[in-house]
Amino acid sequence: MASDQATTPPPPPLPEIQSHDLSQVIVLHPPPVFNYFMDLFSKKFHLLKAWESPLPLHEFLTNHAHSAQAMLCSGTGPSISADIIRLLPSLRLVATTSAGLNHIDLTECRNRGISIANAGEAFSEDVADLAVGLLIDVFRKVSASDRYVRHGLWATKGDYPLGSKLGGKRIGIVGLGSIGFQVAKRLEAFGCNISYNSRKRKDFVSYPFYTNVCELAANSDVLIICCGLTEQTRHMINREVLLALGKEGVIVNIGRGAIIHEKELVQCLVQGEIGGAGLDVFENEPDVPKELFELDNVVLAPHMAVFTTESFEDLCDLMIGNLEAFFSKKPLLSPVMNE
Amino acid sequence: MESIDVLMLCPMISYLEQELQRRYNVLKLWTAPEKSQFIKDHSATIRAIVGDGGHGADAEMIEALPRLEILSSNSVGVDKIDLKKCREKGIRVTYTPDVLNDEVADLAIGLILAVLRRLCASDRYVRSGKWKKGDFKLTTKFTGKTVGIIGLGRIGMAIAKRAEAFNCPICYFSRTEKPDTKYKYYPSVLELASNCQILVVACSLTAESRHIVNREVMNALGPKGVLINIGRGPHVDEPELVSALVEGRLGGAGLDVYEHEPEVPEELFSLENVVLLPHVGTATVETRKAMADLVVGNLEAHFSNKPLLTPLV
Repeated sequence: MASDQATTPPPPPLPEIQSHDLSQVIVLHPPPVFNYFMDLFSKKFHLLKAWESPLPLHEFLTNHAHSAQAMLCSGTGPSISADIIRLLPSLRLVATTSAGLNHIDLTECRNRGISIANAGEAFSEDVADLAVGLLIDVFRKVSASDRYVRHGLWATKGDYPLGSKLGGKRIGIVGLGSIGFQVAKRLEAFGCNISYNSRKRKDFVSYPFYTNVCELAANSDVLIICCGLTEQTRHMINREVLLALGKEGVIVNIGRGAIIHEKELVQCLVQGEIGGAGLDVFENEPDVPKELFELDNVVLAPHMAVFTTESFEDLCDLMIGNLEAFFSKKPLLSPVMNE
Repeated sequence: MESIDVLMLCPMISYLEQELQRRYNVLKLWTAPEKSQFIKDHSATIRAIVGDGGHGADAEMIEALPRLEILSSNSVGVDKIDLKKCREKGIRVTYTPDVLNDEVADLAIGLILAVLRRLCASDRYVRSGKWKKGDFKLTTKFTGKTVGIIGLGRIGMAIAKRAEAFNCPICYFSRTEKPDTKYKYYPSVLELASNCQILVVACSLTAESRHIVNREVMNALGPKGVLINIGRGPHVDEPELVSALVEGRLGGAGLDVYEHEPEVPEELFSLENVVLLPHVGTATVETRKAMADLVVGNLEAHFSNKPLLTPLV
């Protein structure tokens, strides 16, 4: 008889962690890590996802983010302006998944005592690797000759034109921070000579220091832009600097597009005033000046210097770590210090 | 003074051709309608040959030139020269070592970065307008990956030195273990491939090293492994390489050399994890000039009875 069977009653359901038990984190626009790891954040924090709401941003923040103490942002999406910050009265932490801070109103944060955490040095190696990769590509025409082979031209048109030797070249690093230092260390092994320009002279290196970027350019064969974007560095690399770099000179940009005056860069490249460029960033991403598409001495990358599995995993750990530290009143893992 | 006949096997940079023509009577083999006839016609006077990595002298050619004294190769690779025959007949052979170590090593690292970080694929991505529709995908970090080098000669050491600046642990396979390096030695290429993530071919091509990278080695390197060939095409079993890449048994490849240059297997053209270069390891203005100077310098030394600059035989 089937009904005689003693059936064990199902176990009581485990108490679900209600999302409102978790600490709130306001997110205006999904940072690139969310494409891969959003669930890791959702498990630990109550994400207020402004981009999913039909409400205009200001309304959403006013109605739903009043008590949010922490924000997670990135270089993409709306800037974290004073206006936005003012709509978040409980905000005490802005955690950005980028190393760059140009999208955050730092003055407003400072005035309100809002802490900032960024990607710290999580990316420095990957960004430095890309800078070196772009430089070798330009000098040795890697992407251009790969295109040549793939179009079947090696068999029909013969050898590709010669490239240029990297060893012995004078490298001018603009911004000797964590990334700039990693770039310098790598290029030394290729027999390059390093000089730099930075806001301040760095005592821990013996590379020649130049107080202004034009003088650095005049004494370099290559400029590698490794600094952040600020009011001082916006359009710092202009026609004057590029002409000082010269017709054989090469520029690599893994900082921010707006550090270079893009129109003037394009003009210099098209007119042959400089020898070539490796660019991961542009003034108006994802728009890239189409004149550059005609040039074989230019290598173009879609702002991907930090886009490796390893960096994203490290970044995820770091951001979650920063948020957890914040909510348990412990020191942040990668705080941005006021300079 | 009698003009010396020098047989040039193939076109080379104009600087080299000019420097040779200023000193010698240069006979350009590639302009001949029928090569063996051309050699016969000049066999009584040819005293020197200038070849390169892809053009050397086999036993037949050497036998056909009774007055041949020296072969000056515009390359460091000499697999196309019958060295044994040259030794037998007392013919000197010179090549161009050292002036190109850095150049080739730079390119090896350039290939590693281009493959791991998908530089060529992402350049195509931007140029085709795809970036407007979305970000590029995640790629793989180079810093810290284990690099395995087949052949720890001058070029292999130059590659190791650069990879160390990226914090890469280095291991190698060589015919003999090198006592004064700190890098880890593996007694077989198979073991090396099983213990590294990026395998670089940097040895010379001999009968023993032909197809040294075979199916088994590629399987050991695996779906996350990357093969970089800056040696010679025949180091790698090319059809096996193509199927390993197409089937995903090998994670990626950066190739500068092929078994039948300038032919490149077309199955590779659609693969994003492959970078294909047209044998440009030494292809810079500066290095080709330095190589040319050695080629001419060796001939000059020989014909003025001075010690050769960079003799191999």
